[in-house]
Amino acid sequence: MNNSPSIPLEQLLVDQFRAGENKLMAHDSDKVKAIRKEHFQRFLDNGFPSSEMEKWRFTDLEEILDQPFIHELTPEKPPQNIHDIFRCEVHNFQSEIISVFNGWYLSEKTGLQTNSEGVVYGSLSDAKKVMPELFDRFFGQAAHGNDNSFVNINTAMAQDGVFIYVPKGVQAKRTLQIIKMVNHEDPVFVQSRQLVILEENSSLSLIHCDDSINHKPCLINTVTEIYVASNAHLELYKLQNLNNSSALINSTFIRQQEDSAVKTNALTFNCGLIRNNIEVALNGKGAHADVLGLYLMDKQQHIDNQIRVLHNAAHCTSNELFKGILDDEATAVFNGYIYVKKDAQKTEAFQNNKNILLKPTATINSMPFLEIYADDVKCSHGATVGQLDQEAMFYLRQRGISQANARLLLMYAFAADVINAISIEGLRNRIDDMVKKRLRGELSVCETCVLHCGTPEKEYFFDIDLSKL
Amino acid sequence: MDETSNNDNIIEQVTTSEYKYGFFTDIETDFAPVGLNEDIIRFISAKKEEPEWMLEFRLKAFRHWQTLEEPNWAHLNYPKINYQDIIYYAAPKKKKQLASLDEVDPELLDTFNKLGISLEEQKMLSGVAVDAVIDSVSVKTTFQDTLAKHGIIFCSFSEAVRNHPDLVRKYMGMVVPYTDNFFAALNSAVFSDGSFCYIPEGVRCPLELSTYFRINAANTGQFERTLIVADKGSYVSYLEGCTAPQRDENQLHAAIVEIIAMDHAEVKYSTVQNWYPGDKEGQGGVYNFVTKRGLCKGVSSKISWTQVETGSAITWKYPSCILQGDNSIGEFYSVAVTNNFQQADTGTKMVHIGKNTRSTIVSKGISAGRSNNSYRGLVRILPRATNARNFSQCDSLLLGDKCGAHTFPYIEAKNETSIIEHEATTSKISEDQLFYCRQRGIDTEKAIGLIVNGYAKEVLNKLPMEFAVEAQKLLAITLEGSVG
Repeated sequence: MNNSPSIPLEQLLVDQFRAGENKLMAHDSDKVKAIRKEHFQRFLDNGFPSSEMEKWRFTDLEEILDQPFIHELTPEKPPQNIHDIFRCEVHNFQSEIISVFNGWYLSEKTGLQTNSEGVVYGSLSDAKKVMPELFDRFFGQAAHGNDNSFVNINTAMAQDGVFIYVPKGVQAKRTLQIIKMVNHEDPVFVQSRQLVILEENSSLSLIHCDDSINHKPCLINTVTEIYVASNAHLELYKLQNLNNSSALINSTFIRQQEDSAVKTNALTFNCGLIRNNIEVALNGKGAHADVLGLYLMDKQQHIDNQIRVLHNAAHCTSNELFKGILDDEATAVFNGYIYVKKDAQKTEAFQNNKNILLKPTATINSMPFLEIYADDVKCSHGATVGQLDQEAMFYLRQRGISQANARLLLMYAFAADVINAISIEGLRNRIDDMVKKRLRGELSVCETCVLHCGTPEKEYFFDIDLSKL
Repeated sequence: MDETSNNDNIIEQVTTSEYKYGFFTDIETDFAPVGLNEDIIRFISAKKEEPEWMLEFRLKAFRHWQTLEEPNWAHLNYPKINYQDIIYYAAPKKKKQLASLDEVDPELLDTFNKLGISLEEQKMLSGVAVDAVIDSVSVKTTFQDTLAKHGIIFCSFSEAVRNHPDLVRKYMGMVVPYTDNFFAALNSAVFSDGSFCYIPEGVRCPLELSTYFRINAANTGQFERTLIVADKGSYVSYLEGCTAPQRDENQLHAAIVEIIAMDHAEVKYSTVQNWYPGDKEGQGGVYNFVTKRGLCKGVSSKISWTQVETGSAITWKYPSCILQGDNSIGEFYSVAVTNNFQQADTGTKMVHIGKNTRSTIVSKGISAGRSNNSYRGLVRILPRATNARNFSQCDSLLLGDKCGAHTFPYIEAKNETSIIEHEATTSKISEDQLFYCRQRGIDTEKAIGLIVNGYAKEVLNKLPMEFAVEAQKLLAITLEGSVG
């Protein structure tokens, strides 16, 4: 395959698809083939989004897409020490690690595995062969890719990724952790795809980490489809910590049935550009979703959260909270969207976006939208932009706490709402430490993974004598 | 159970009530041919005996308009407008220059009487100077003398073009240039008439200035243009009210309102709009695409928009403030009611440029029937706007389960010292409140009226006295239905 860097990425992908169409879809059923072809056609029609499009007005990809990316269609050989890299030891926190390297599932074992609790997981390409019925039933159903050609090209071409299946009644206690690493000598375009299926009465907690281990530019395009059957529970934590020259387009589609509950928490610490498209569809009566996020950006980083909560059934509740602190020339976009379908009565939906700007050069664009077609609803949204509370600042300074420390403490308190919602204790403590470090500017790109295994496992404190308060 | 069915009954009545201002005045009308081209524009300009520069302006706007496409981003759904199928000029035939009220066509006076806003009544009871505009030509201007004493210019736009060309040339298009948007370009090309108002330095306008726009002849677009200039330290309160007779064809209305406030000047602009919203099946009604914008040019200037929107089949309207002068203030208070098949996409833009600028947005949407009511607002804080402050509150009330209420706020902050707060709620009339009223012997209909009025109070309070009464009446008509 010709990977000449002079070809623009869009053209490269189109050429690759056309040349390797049959090979790309060799193991797909007719149904999946049809879906992929349709998405390819849509990508062909629309191309990559430009900032002239309403939904991309504040996120300009031109510079990123200008880079001479390469795109591999076959698995790459990981470096020798890869298992050291993926080692992740967080105090008081046990998780089962699923590794993905440059978009490819990484494991010595082939085929799907069933862990001691009954959770089935493995590579997406294996799932296709081992559980074809399940795969065909769900693949490409939630990820509609309307207005998002990244979803289209991912659906058309993604070769691998992670498959997780939690059968009926399985209540998994151990946390699954997907660690996605990107490490390539050249600028690389990486696609990967996740399919997560929770059957009735099951539960799962999942951590999804995106990390880069070098400082080379990359463009990552991931699509995650999650199906939560009735009465199932899911917790999903997304930790995003990439180098400043990487861009991540992350699209997550969650479909919830009756009485299911989902909590997602998108924690963004570092990246060149991140676009999170999160869509939660409450399709069954009594479903509940918490959609939370925290972003701490500085330098010229850019974060764009596009959050859609669709109330398609009655008696559903949702709660959205996104908080961000922006330093230097960082820019953030928040576009929340609550949609209440006709007849989705007794809906309760809340949406909140709070931002703190620390420098005159930081920018926030906040668009909290409501679209409501049912009358018996309680919906509200709020958005604020401001600074640290001057009175609180005065109070702290008055008690002999330095300005720098007082500032840290207030920022930390601001972020606490989101951090405290993390229900896995070990993870919460670790994130807590990370936020403290991040606010001190000590954490840019962590050497290994986002959970920062390299640092000693002691708790992290501010140098504040709290007795002064 | 009885309670519920009674409620449904009330809401049914509320949501099916018909337009009460539907009548048609038969005045001989002078039409332009159907369609739009440079000849039509020359025709309008010639008809109005305009100077060359005005024609040039119109033609420039028209040529620009031809390069534009109709915007489709609003949350509105209507059949494509054929701009070549519209009569762009209709004027009541000029009999002669009018000196007194007696000379005004009695039918025209009757129109005003039906609206309850007759010139005489206005003149005698409320002391309001009315510049009444029917189908594009200013028919009667009152209280000119009082105003002239203070040096205030308040006249029709065409008169201003004739008598005060320097002022018009200086300020027209300053806030809304003809390149601004599709409808502004269209208006700049074909505008028929409107009002012009200039308050000289240091003058506090003793009267509340008022115009009534009324679309009359069938199939004519109404293209009004209003320009208000408040010079240093002046104050004016300006009222605009609009009604249209019942017509089957959709009528197009694309107006421009420009306000300029110099240092320490204050302009208060109030609108009550109750144009024909179409019938119960969604047939007919006015298409209202309006560009309203105020420029707080001077330091400590203030522009305040208050609107009560109950009419029009389609409303596309965003009265905005550009807060350029330091310490300037922008305000937007709105009640928008949609019923039957009405669609409204309305809100405001607050652009903070100067230091210490402040803006307040209070928007109350009420949706009933099968209508859709959207708030769309922008708060933009530019890097120079140190200590800018914005507070927005957008509430929506839903009556009935077939209507929609939507909120699309845009917040763009580029200054770290700014404080922006936005909050919005959407709900139906609280059962508790209804129960409380009913328990005390207030029937459901009155209770709904009471609650809705209370809900809109915050905005209605901002209206001048004379308007507040009419606005409340309008709310009552739209919402109480025709019970009994």
